[in-house]
Formats: sequence, C-alpha cells, structure tokens
Amino acid sequence: MKTVARRKFAALSLAPLLGGWVGCDRGAADTEQRDLIVFAASSLREVFTDLSHRFMAQHPEVRVTFNFAGTGELKTQLEHSTSADVFAGADREHTAALVRAGICQGLVVFATNEPCMIVPLTPHSQLANFSELPNAARIVVGAPEVPIGRYTDQILERANKVLGSEFRARVLAKIVSRELNVKQVLAKVSLGEAEAGIVYRTDALLAQDRVGILDIPDEFNVLAEYTLATLTKAKHPTLARDWVELIRSRAGQSVFARFGFLPPSETKP
Amino acid sequence: MKRINVGHRAQTFALGVLAALLLAFLVIPIGCLILGTSWSQFWAGLGHPLASPALKLSLWTSALALVIVVTLGTPLAWLLALGRGRVSHLVETLVVLPVVIPPAVAGLALLLAFGRQGPFSNWFSEERGSLALTTSAVVLAEVFVSSAFFLQAALAAFRRIDARLLIVARSLGASPFQLFFRIALPLAGPGLVGGAILCFARALGEFGATLMFAGNLQGKTQTLPLAIYTAMESDLRAAQALSILLLAVALALFFGVRFAERRSHASVEGRL
Repeated sequence: MKTVARRKFAALSLAPLLGGWVGCDRGAADTEQRDLIVFAASSLREVFTDLSHRFMAQHPEVRVTFNFAGTGELKTQLEHSTSADVFAGADREHTAALVRAGICQGLVVFATNEPCMIVPLTPHSQLANFSELPNAARIVVGAPEVPIGRYTDQILERANKVLGSEFRARVLAKIVSRELNVKQVLAKVSLGEAEAGIVYRTDALLAQDRVGILDIPDEFNVLAEYTLATLTKAKHPTLARDWVELIRSRAGQSVFARFGFLPPSETKP
Repeated sequence: MKRINVGHRAQTFALGVLAALLLAFLVIPIGCLILGTSWSQFWAGLGHPLASPALKLSLWTSALALVIVVTLGTPLAWLLALGRGRVSHLVETLVVLPVVIPPAVAGLALLLAFGRQGPFSNWFSEERGSLALTTSAVVLAEVFVSSAFFLQAALAAFRRIDARLLIVARSLGASPFQLFFRIALPLAGPGLVGGAILCFARALGEFGATLMFAGNLQGKTQTLPLAIYTAMESDLRAAQALSILLLAVALALFFGVRFAERRSHASVEGRL
C-alpha cells in the first residue's frame, strides 16, 4: 500500500512539471524561433560568423547555426542527411556535384580567394619568397582530397614548368603533413612545427600576428572559387534565399572584401 | 499467485524492451556498414591507394606502441599493485587519466609538450624540428591513449594474485626480481595478455591525437583511421571498405580478449 501511495504522490508532483514543459513548447512555437542551418567550408568561418550577426539583426526570430568543415566532408554529410538549408563550398566541383545529384540548387560563385604561402614569425625563418619554398625544412599543405590541397598541387604543377623540373619534387620531399583543412595547416605553421605552408590569403590575414605572408606569383597562382547553393529540401527555403541574397548584396560583398576575399568577377590567367 | 506471475512477466518484458532498444541501436550501424558494402566494393576499396600504406603503418606503429606499453607498463602496474599508500593511489589515478581525456585534448597536449614550443625542443636541430609530424609522434600518441587500458587490466590481474603466495615467497628469500618474474608474471599472464590486446586495439583505432600531433602524410603518419577520414573527403566507398577492414581487425582482437579472459579465470580457479 505504502508504495502505491508514494507512486501516486510522485505522479502528482510530476504533473505540473510536465504541464510547464508542454506549455513552454507551445510558447516557443508562437514566437517561431527558426534555425537557419548553413554548411560552410572552414575558410569561411570568420566572415560567415560576421555576416550571421548582420542576418540575425535583420531577422530577429532566426538563429543561424553553422557547420564548418572541409568542403568534401560537408558534401559527404549532405549526401547522407537533409539537415541543412545552405551549402557554401571552397570550390566549384563539390557544389556542382551536389547540384547534379539533386541535393542542392542554384549554384552561384560569391567570392574568390587566392592561395598564398605562409611562414612562422620567427627570427630564423629564411624564406623570402615563393621560389625558395623548397628550402623550407618542413612543409605542411592541404590533402589532395580537399580544395586547398588540390589548388596547391596545381600551383606546384605550374611552378614546375617555370622554375625547373626539380621544383615540385623538391617541395614534395619536404612535405611532412597533408592536412584535411586550412586551419590545421595554419595551426602547424603558426606553432612553428612547419617552416612553410600554403593556405588561403583570408586565413593568413586572420593570423598575421603569428605567420608571415608571402605572395605566390600570379603566373603560378590559381583562384579559388567559393560557391553557394541552397538545399532542395531546405527546411527554410525563404531564409536560405535571404542568406544567399545578403551574401551577394553590396553590404555582404564589402564584408568579404574586408576579410581579404576577392570579388567573383576577378579572373586570373 | 497467478497475478504476481503476470506482473513479473510484464516487468521483465518492460526491462527487455529497454534493453532491446539499446542493443538494436548498437548493432544497426555496424550491420549497415557491413551490409551496405558489397564484396566488389570492399575489394576495390582495399585496392584504393590510401589503403595498403595506412594498414601497414597502423599495424607496425600499434605493435611498437604495444611493446613500449608492456615493457614499461608491467613494472608500473606491479609496483602499483604492491603499493598501499596514498602515493600509489594518486599515481593510479594519474595513469588512467588518459582514458577520460578526449583524444583531441591529448593531441594538443602532446603537441605543446613535444613540439617546438615544448621543453624538449632544443634536443632537436633546426633541420629536424621536433617530434611532432613524424612517425615517432604516431607511436607516442598511441602509447599515450592506449597505455591506461593495459595498466588497468594488468593492475587487476596482479591484484587477483593471492597475497599469501607472495608472503610465503618472500619468507623463503625470493628477491624482488624473482617475485616479479617467477610468481607475479606467470600468475597474471592471461590478464596481461587481455590488457595487451585491448591496448593494441585502442592504439589501432587512435585518431584524434594522431591528427593533431602527427599530421596526415601517406606512409609516414597516415594511419588507417586517418586514411578513412581522408577517404571520406573524396570516395565514401573507399572509406567504407577501410572501415570494414579496421572493424575486422578489431573484432578479431575482441574475440582474442574474450579467449584470454576465459583462460585467465580458468587458471585462477585452477590454482585456488
């Protein structure tokens, strides 16, 4: 008997809690807090975070949630889930593949970015320009599976034709790691574990207090195209389009310029 | 009487439903991984350029990590098992700490300790740099994350030894080495083997600390888990095949542990 009484008491004391919980849920539905979920390449972290404050100021009921990772990893995630509204990749290929698969739609190029060479800010760093890259004792670059790594391979390929057939082989012999995203390359160079690395200029600019930036000559360099597409099964298609519009707007583009991105129209040989 | 039985059955059923939910959740992903990969995909995946160097590197670095852990860890576990004071209690807590430290944290800690900004950086020439981003770093990361698994098992195995045996041996004049090699090791043997297998399995699966501390270079630091992560960027089917390969090795090790455990219990019972 005793236990039954106690159980009833427990049930009664739980009731208001449950009621409160259900009520709370309904209250949230009224004000309609919505989540815009953006999957974006890790090199977009800072500029997108900046833009999200602008976006949330325009849409007070919306919360922008990001998933930053390597472009290829994001693509794989999108192929196996439908939990995003917008995809922003660091190249054209991955986004185009998602559009072909019917997962995304409306591909636009919204910014470009230039790879550059970085060196640690230590007094004994003796590298003065890109052609001295093979003199670095240890080099860290992106993996060939991710856009920055593919761009790096293209740059080395082009440099090889001009700087001599040994250039590429000498650089490859010094590579100690091929990281899966730009931030890891940056981390390893800024910690001094590598004497040189190749990252996007925007990432290098954000770490100017830790790394020195050396230009890659235009004749070797490639231009990374950032592409944006909305998910065909987006939960908030209107918000997704608003996000794309903000990025392409004059205000949005000026934020990109401030972070060191180049406009999409820029073309390189 | 009958009502109680019905009630009992309902309660058992309720417990069974809860248990089955977790069981299903644990089994379904592994099932999907295996069933979602056809034989031809599996073979193609094994032929993927990332596969063979990564498998070789994983096996030999894990084996080396195991040798280091067993050589240094067995005496440590034995001394801890003998120890009764607060110091040994504290040390015991310290050595199992890596079990609860997230691998990414371990990787960052290793990078700061053995990297160029760490206290040992002047041991290395400017040219060599540091231990970070080398194959040695892979082994160190594996030792760091896997040693606790061996130590825990070894400690338990040593503590199962009947204390009276040690007292008798000491009274007959056995030296500390004789005690360790002639009595402790043979009696704790199966338990140590089980711990060693767990340690090897953990080293083989190590990912986070390796990624941060050792980097990702084929043939040098790209172990099987890193190759799976790298393959995810371009070719999911290769990642699946590599995952199944790692799973097969892990399962083989798991049954090895089971076998060692059974022998351990049998031998303890046999001796009592």
